[in-house]
Amino acid sequence: MKRYRKVWILLAILIGLTPLGLLAGGTAWGEWGTDEIKGLLGYIPQGLARLAGINHTPVLPDYSLPGLGGNFAGQAIGYYISAVVGAVVIVLLVLGIGRLIVRK
Amino acid sequence: MHIPDGYLSPATCGTMYAISLPLWVRAGVVIRKTFTQRTVPTLALLSAFSFLIMMFNVPVPGGTTAHAVGGTLIAILLGPWAALIGESLALVVQAVFFGDGGITAIGANCFNMGFVLPFVGYFVYRVISWRSQLGARRRWIGAAIGAYVGINMAALVAAIEFGIQPYLFHTATGAPLYCPYGLTQTIPAMLFAHSLIAGPVEAVITGGVVAFLGKYHPEVFKLNPYERSEG
Repeated sequence: MKRYRKVWILLAILIGLTPLGLLAGGTAWGEWGTDEIKGLLGYIPQGLARLAGINHTPVLPDYSLPGLGGNFAGQAIGYYISAVVGAVVIVLLVLGIGRLIVRK
Repeated sequence: MHIPDGYLSPATCGTMYAISLPLWVRAGVVIRKTFTQRTVPTLALLSAFSFLIMMFNVPVPGGTTAHAVGGTLIAILLGPWAALIGESLALVVQAVFFGDGGITAIGANCFNMGFVLPFVGYFVYRVISWRSQLGARRRWIGAAIGAYVGINMAALVAAIEFGIQPYLFHTATGAPLYCPYGLTQTIPAMLFAHSLIAGPVEAVITGGVVAFLGKYHPEVFKLNPYERSEG
């Protein structure tokens, strides 16, 4: 891990910059929530409504911390926390799986 | 490009899981054969890098957004099968922790962004940089073009998965059950966002990193097992 110290620092800088990703308003094409779909079509396709309602509650829905408020500061903090959590979990997952399948 | 729950029918989701499963197994076998304990932290780092650059949403004319992915970069540095594993883990975390991409669509999203994107990107890169030196100009040019083509192919495949839904799955009266838009709408919409916005961003990031590494640390390209085997 020490070999890439500069790269890990670069990753930390990238985490600090992630709230910039919030500046683009709107949703990616085809990733609308059910209320957005209703706004676009006037109705929600039956199967879509059923599957979209599957029982799954993300910890940080849409990279936000519920309760922080919808203003930019609240969103930015939630986004920033999401970046840290996601990056740490992914690093641990890859290292864990690597330990399992890669020979010593 | 993260397909949410509800846009693909259960049959499509199941098919995409069934297609992705053997790819994951194959990736595990290849990684077991070619990776060393020293390569694993590099994949961890690149997977986190990919996750983070996906958070930088870029506006697309018309009110939507798009983002780079970084899969071709992982493929160039560690091989395409490593890219499949790194991207798949990032996509699982995105779906489970953040609700970005559906749980039912993990098979489809991993196929699109974890398989199609890095494999197409890597193939184009290899063709363009064929028999070039590690720090050669053709490397970063190939990386940039490969990244551009790879993300657009992934977007096209996602558009096809979206677009076949209304033809295959509708009520007796013809009302769509899942994604309501057909191929004539999904393909132009996805390719517009990715050829105009996400593709160029992906090309600049991938080409830029490969140019930088080629100039200052050309030895890192030897981490890719396919690079080493060529001698």
